[in-house]
Amino acid sequence: MPLRRDLATDRRSLLRTAGAFAALASAFPATARKAMAEAADASSPFVAEIAPGVYTHKGQIAEYAPGNEGDIANAGFIVGRDAVAVVDTGGSMRVGARLRAAIRSVTPLPIRYVINTHMHPDHVFGNAAFEPDQPAFVGHHKLARGLSARAERYIAINKEALGEEAFAGTKIVLPTLAISEATTLDLGGRTIALEPQKTAHTDNDLVIRDVESGTLFLGDLVFAEHCPTLDGSILGWQAVLDHLTQTAAPRAVPGHGPASMAWPDAARPLQHYLKVVTDEIRVLIKDNRTLSDATATVGLSERNAWQLFQEYHARNVSAAFAELEWE
Amino acid sequence: MAYPHSSSLGARLLGVAASLAFALVAGAGAHAADEEDIWPALQKDLFAERSVVEDPSAVVLEAPYRAEDAALVPLTIRIPSTASAKKLFLVIDKNPAPLVADFTFGPAAGAGERVLETRVRVDMYSNIRAIIETGDGRLLMATKFVKAAGGCSAPALKDTDAALAEAGKMQIKHLAATGDGQREGQIKIRHPQYSGLQLNQATGYYIPAKFLRVIDVARDGERVFRMEGGISLSENPNIRFTYAAGGEDMLEVTAEDTDGKIFKGQAGPKGS
Repeated sequence: MPLRRDLATDRRSLLRTAGAFAALASAFPATARKAMAEAADASSPFVAEIAPGVYTHKGQIAEYAPGNEGDIANAGFIVGRDAVAVVDTGGSMRVGARLRAAIRSVTPLPIRYVINTHMHPDHVFGNAAFEPDQPAFVGHHKLARGLSARAERYIAINKEALGEEAFAGTKIVLPTLAISEATTLDLGGRTIALEPQKTAHTDNDLVIRDVESGTLFLGDLVFAEHCPTLDGSILGWQAVLDHLTQTAAPRAVPGHGPASMAWPDAARPLQHYLKVVTDEIRVLIKDNRTLSDATATVGLSERNAWQLFQEYHARNVSAAFAELEWE
Repeated sequence: MAYPHSSSLGARLLGVAASLAFALVAGAGAHAADEEDIWPALQKDLFAERSVVEDPSAVVLEAPYRAEDAALVPLTIRIPSTASAKKLFLVIDKNPAPLVADFTFGPAAGAGERVLETRVRVDMYSNIRAIIETGDGRLLMATKFVKAAGGCSAPALKDTDAALAEAGKMQIKHLAATGDGQREGQIKIRHPQYSGLQLNQATGYYIPAKFLRVIDVARDGERVFRMEGGISLSENPNIRFTYAAGGEDMLEVTAEDTDGKIFKGQAGPKGS
């Protein structure tokens, strides 16, 4: 027991030290200036206005790599009369800084809220770029728990994948406002509705709705183009999608894929994928087949429907099998 | 102290575990260690001066070369009917606790092909070993290299609350006969299998290790196997195993975790 405690203390102090170094290395103004310059130079704008006052950025369909600097998930922001709300911040300090520069090119209003759709690094690792704005960081009430538990590993893996330079300044910034029930935020004449979900893509998915335009920000509850990734419950995810797709909306922003999609049509390919995987695994379990059988055979008809299928699909099957064998 | 149940062998291995875990903490050490062959040292810890010989005619290990999920790596061990085995050891060289489990076979394990399948956590690219101890005391081994990382510290629990709420729930299944007078069964036990290397999300402290240390399986009152295990067995332990056909084929399972909690279940061929 004493050994364990010492070990834990050491690991935590190392984490803290690492955090301090990250803060020192962040050199925020320089990073932000560089990002602003890059955003200004880019031939295509960093964000598109998909509805009045609603802007979104389409991340690349890719895994973390030095060339993309962690810009592999969608992000966006909503501009009210008095303030701005950011929805997800990209996968590194640099991407977050680029998003912030894009906001500043649109409005000088204060950034009052930075909302994370869920805990995954490609959606939250740009949070640090907004610390100077002193916003409320907003997330599902289980986000802090889930992200803290994974923090050390997320940082290690993604730093390695991006390289020191592209990762510079990136650190974990946890929610300061935990959402445990339906909640609204006010941007001045513009209401943002937040709805925490039961375990689906993860155990901390939050649905964000801009009431004025009806735009839904769904985070990774919806994947398009990019192979889905399961880090929650395959049955829970289908239940959440069944519920969300009962209500039409003018548009929805998926966590990966186009910057704006028709709703509920955007969810159909994902719903199909989850159903195919569930149905095929249930047949194998009924026949007393194994986890290895499942990862080798299930869902292969979906191979051509998704990018990054090789990278993520078999792992989804593994996770789904471990869940469904307890039915 | 954290492992009051430890046999002397387990205690020795856990000593190795602590030093390896510390190397991992040091960060860069994790990569440097990739190149080292730590098996000779491990072998000494496990078996002292006894020799361990690779023998594909005595034991076969099936494992994916690249694991889909490091916290859930399926392993299958086959012991042919021609081999005698009184014990089976599963070892993952580079895990913080390298001894995954040892299985002591009883009379109901049968003499036909014995097959055992379970799922383990793999913390970094490592050799995995299945070693049997024969009736005449020889140690025979099969080895597979597996590419996987992060399985021991990963919070594999995808839905933490649900997993804790259902801890101890057990399912016992009778599967088909496998030939040689052998039948196949499966046990699943809900348990978080806390490794001691996972952070408590709320407090920032590491969650104390808590895992199933014993799973004892009998058929009609005769032992099939007794497993003593550690933190490398995946959460919600799942074991498929063969056993010798008996009269009633009533499978009885008793499991105990490191808190001393006892979980029991039994099932005849017509279900639990």
